[in-house]
Amino acid sequence: MLLVIKKLGSLVLCAFGLLASSVAMADYQLNMTPGVTQVSRDVYWLHSLVLVFCVVIALGVFGAMIYSLIYHRKSKGAVAAQFHENTAVEIAWTVIPFIALIGLAIPATKTLIELEDSSDPDMSIKVTGYQWKWQYEYLDEGISFFSNLSETSRAAAALGQDPTGVENYLLDVDNPIVVPINKKVRFLVTANDVIHSWWVPALGWKQDAIPGFINTAWTKIDEPGTYRGQCAELCGKDHGYMPVVLIAKTEEDYAAWVAEQQAAAAAEASGATKTWALADLMAKGERVYATNCAACHQPNGQGIPPAFPSLVTSPLLGQPVAEHINVVVNGRPGTAMQAFGAQLSDVDLAAVVTYERNAWGIDSGEIVQPAEAKAAR
Amino acid sequence: MTSVAATTDDHNTHHGPAKGLMRWVVTTNHKDIGSLYLWLAFIMFLAGGAMAMVIRAELFQPGLQFVRPEFFNQMTTLHGLVMVFGAVMPAWTGFANWLLPMMIGAPDMALPMMNNWSFWLLPFAFIMLVSTLFMEGGAPNFGWTFYAPLSTTYGPDSTDFFIFAIHLMGISSIMGAINVIVTILNMRAPGMTLLKMPLFVWTWLITAFLLIAVMPVLAGAVTMMLTDRNFGTSFFDAAGGGDPVMFQHVFWFFGHPEVYIMILPAFGVISQIVPTFARKPLFGYTSMVYAVGAIAFLSFAVWAHHMFTTGMPLAGELYFMYATVLIAVPTGVKIFNWAATMWKGSMTFETPMLFALAFIFLFTIGGFSGLMLGVGPADMQYHDTYFVVAHFHYVLVTGAVFALIAATYYWLPKFTGNMYSEKWGRIHFWLSTIAVNVLFFPQHFLGLAGMPRRIPDYALQFADFNMISSLGAFVFGASQLIFLCLVIHTIRGGSGKATDQVWEAAEGLEWTLPSPPPYHSFSTAPEVK
Ligand code: HEC
Ligand SMILES: [Cu+2]
Repeated sequence: MLLVIKKLGSLVLCAFGLLASSVAMADYQLNMTPGVTQVSRDVYWLHSLVLVFCVVIALGVFGAMIYSLIYHRKSKGAVAAQFHENTAVEIAWTVIPFIALIGLAIPATKTLIELEDSSDPDMSIKVTGYQWKWQYEYLDEGISFFSNLSETSRAAAALGQDPTGVENYLLDVDNPIVVPINKKVRFLVTANDVIHSWWVPALGWKQDAIPGFINTAWTKIDEPGTYRGQCAELCGKDHGYMPVVLIAKTEEDYAAWVAEQQAAAAAEASGATKTWALADLMAKGERVYATNCAACHQPNGQGIPPAFPSLVTSPLLGQPVAEHINVVVNGRPGTAMQAFGAQLSDVDLAAVVTYERNAWGIDSGEIVQPAEAKAAR
Repeated sequence: MTSVAATTDDHNTHHGPAKGLMRWVVTTNHKDIGSLYLWLAFIMFLAGGAMAMVIRAELFQPGLQFVRPEFFNQMTTLHGLVMVFGAVMPAWTGFANWLLPMMIGAPDMALPMMNNWSFWLLPFAFIMLVSTLFMEGGAPNFGWTFYAPLSTTYGPDSTDFFIFAIHLMGISSIMGAINVIVTILNMRAPGMTLLKMPLFVWTWLITAFLLIAVMPVLAGAVTMMLTDRNFGTSFFDAAGGGDPVMFQHVFWFFGHPEVYIMILPAFGVISQIVPTFARKPLFGYTSMVYAVGAIAFLSFAVWAHHMFTTGMPLAGELYFMYATVLIAVPTGVKIFNWAATMWKGSMTFETPMLFALAFIFLFTIGGFSGLMLGVGPADMQYHDTYFVVAHFHYVLVTGAVFALIAATYYWLPKFTGNMYSEKWGRIHFWLSTIAVNVLFFPQHFLGLAGMPRRIPDYALQFADFNMISSLGAFVFGASQLIFLCLVIHTIRGGSGKATDQVWEAAEGLEWTLPSPPPYHSFSTAPEVK
C-alpha cells in the first residue's frame, strides 16, 4: 500500500518537477530542495506526499464547489433544494479523512524517528550562535573558529548600496564549516545570547540554538559540495546577516583541511608571546574590529545609540587601558556586549583594544600587548 | 432564564443617544460600542497595513533601500501586534456587540457598563503601543511572538510599555468575553434553545470561552517578562536557572487558541452568509456546532507544533504532530458542509457572497499549508520561512479579514439602513482577491526555496518572487481604501434605502428589526418557534 503511494507520489512529482524546471530559471525555484542526505530526501518525499494529498482533496472539493457555482445559480433558473443533513455523508467525510491522516502519520513518524536519532556519531561539532555569527568547535580535532558574513556581502548590504552582481549575496561567510562526506556528523547546537536557528536546507532540517540548552542534530552527506543556509530564528538587528555555509569534502580533502587549521592555530599562538608595534596592531585590529564589533558599534565607531554605544565618545577613553580591556574581555553581562575573552585570542584582543584607542582620530598612542590581554582573562 | 430578557429593560426605553462627542465616551449601548470597536479596528487595520507597506517596499528589491534592519524589525513586530490585537480581535468584538443582541432577541448586551470600559481601554493601549515608535531605542523589535531572551534581556526600553499595553488589551478582551457569555446564556428570546442559535452566536460563545481561558496565560507570560526585566527574576533567563523554551510553551499555549479566537467567528459569519445567498438552509448545522467545539478543544492541545525545531523529545514531537493533523478533520467537516450548502442551491453573487466564497477557497488553501506544517519532519524545513508567512496570511487575511469584510457588506445595510454600492463592492472584491493571491501565493515558493521570515534583505535568487509579492501588496493595500470610501458612502446614504429584510433569503431575528434597527434592539423579546 505504502509502496504504491510512494510510486504514485514520485510520478506526480516528476510531473511537477518538469513543469517547474520548464517554467523556471534558477530564480524561480518553486519547490523544496531534495537535499544531499537520506534524511533530507525523506523529508522532501514526505513534503511531496502531503502536497499531493492536499492537491487531490483540493481538486475534489474545489471541483464540486465550482460545479455548483456554475450550475446551481439563480440566473440559470436553479431552484434551491431544501435538504440540510445526511448522516451517512457526514460520517463518511469525518471518517475517511481520519483514515487518510493515519496513512500520512505512518511515514511521518518513521522520518521523525530517523531525524532525531543522533546516536553513534563518527564525529561531533559544537555550533554556537552569537549575535550575529556562528562559532564552530570540532570537539576531537581541537579546531575552533567563528564564521561571519563575508566582507563583500556586508559592504553591499549597507543602506543605499546595490547588491546586484555580488556573488552569493548574504549567503557567504569568511570561514565556512567543513565536514567530511559519508560520516555521521553530530551537531551540538547552542547559543550564547538569544535564540538562533542553524539551518542548511540541503541537510533537510533546522535546529534552534538556545542559550542554556544543547540540542543535538546529525547529518551524513553523500555529495561533496558547498551548501548554503541562514539563521532562521529572529535574533535581533542582524538576523538576516548570519548565513551558514557548509562545505562537504571527501575524506582526504577533509583531513588536509584539518591539518591546515591546526597549523594555523599553532602559528597564531606563537604571536601571543612577542611584542607588537603600533602599526601592526592597528592593521590587525582593524580586521578584528570589522568582523567582530562593527555590526553593533558601526565601522565608524559611532554605534547606534542608545542600543549600541559610540566608542568614539566613550568615557573609557579617559580611563586606564586595563578597564577598556576588561570590558572587552568580560563583556557587560545582561547586555548585547558579549565577553569577547571567550571568542578572541590574546593577539586579537590586544589589537582590537589598541585599534579602538587609536582609530577614528582618537590617536592616544596607547599600545596594548597580548600579554596584557592575557593577564586580564 | 430567557425570561430575563423581557424584564431587564426597566429604564426608559425611549431615550435616544446622548448628544455630541460625550455620546461615544459614556455610551453603554451595544450598537454605539460596536461601532466604536469597528472604527478602532479599521483605523488599526490601516495603521498595521501602512507598516506592511513599509515592509513590502523594503523587500521589493534586494539590498536596503528605505529602512535599516533595526527599524524593519520594529515594523514586523508592530504590524503583527497591531493586526492581531488591534484589527482582527476588536473587529470581531465590534460585530459581536452589534449582532449578538439582535440575533438572540435581546435589547442590549448583559453588562453595558463593563462593555463601555472594555472598549475604552483599547485606544489607550494602542496609543501606548504605537508611541513606542517614538521612544529612545525604538519600538519592540522582537517579533509579535516576543520570544525571550530577545524580548527580555535584549529588549529595548520600550518593552515595558509594550507589556503594559498587552495587559490592557488582555483585560479588555476578558471583559468583552464575559459580556458575550453572560449575554448569550441569559438573554436569549423565549424559545431560542442553544441548538437554535445562529452559528455566529455559537462561534462567538466558544470564542469567548477560549478568550477567558488563554488571555490570562498571555498576561502571565508578559508579567514574567516584566519581572525578568526589572525585578531580577530569571523565569526565562538560562544564566539564572530559567528556561527560554518555557517562554515559548507559555506563549503558544496562548498563541494557538488565539488563532482560533480570530477564525471561529469567521466560521460563524460564513455559515450565516452562504445559506442566504444559496437560498438553502445550512447543511449539517449540528455537526457545524460540534466541529467548532472540537476545533476549540483541540486548539489547547497542539501548541508545541510551533516548536518542532526547539529540540523537544521525540515523544513530544510525535504527540504534537498527531494532535495537529487531527484538527484537519473537524476543519474539513466545516468546509464540506459549506460546499454541501451551496450544492443544489439557487445562488446569487452579491458582494458578501463573493467574499464568503473567496474565504472558503482561500482559507482552505491556508488549511492545506497548515496540514503540511503540522507534519513534524517537513516542518523542520518549513519552520520560520516564508512558507509559514504565506500560511498564516492565507488563514488570517483571506480567512479572518475576508470574513470581516464579508460581514461588513452583509450587515452594513442593516446597521445603517442604506445599501452599499454593489458596483464598488465588486471592484473592491476583484482587486482584493486577485491582489491578495499575487501577494501571498509566491511566498510559498520563497519559503520552500529557503527564504527565512523576518529578514530585511535577502539573497538574490529570491528577488523575483519578492517583487511580485510586493506589487500584490501595494494593490491590496490601495484597494482597502476603496473599502473605506465605500463604507463612508454607505453610512451617508449609499445607493438607496435598504429594506428590513435586506437580502431575499436572509433568516434570523436581526432581519425582523427595521433597518437601521432601533437604539435598543428588542424592547420586547420576540418569540422563537
Ligand atoms: C552584539 C552587539 C555588540 C557587539 C558585536 C560588540 N558590542 Fe561592544 N557593546 C555593545 C553594547 C550593547 C554595549 C553597551 C553595554 C552597556 O549597556 O553597558 C557595548 C559596550 C562596549 C564598550 C563599552 C563602551 C562604554 O562606553 O561603556 C566597549 C569598549 C565595547 N563595547 C567594545 C566592543 C568591542 C571591542 C567589540 C568587538 C570585539 C564589541 N564591543 C562588539 C554591543 C556590542
Ligand atoms: Cu541568529
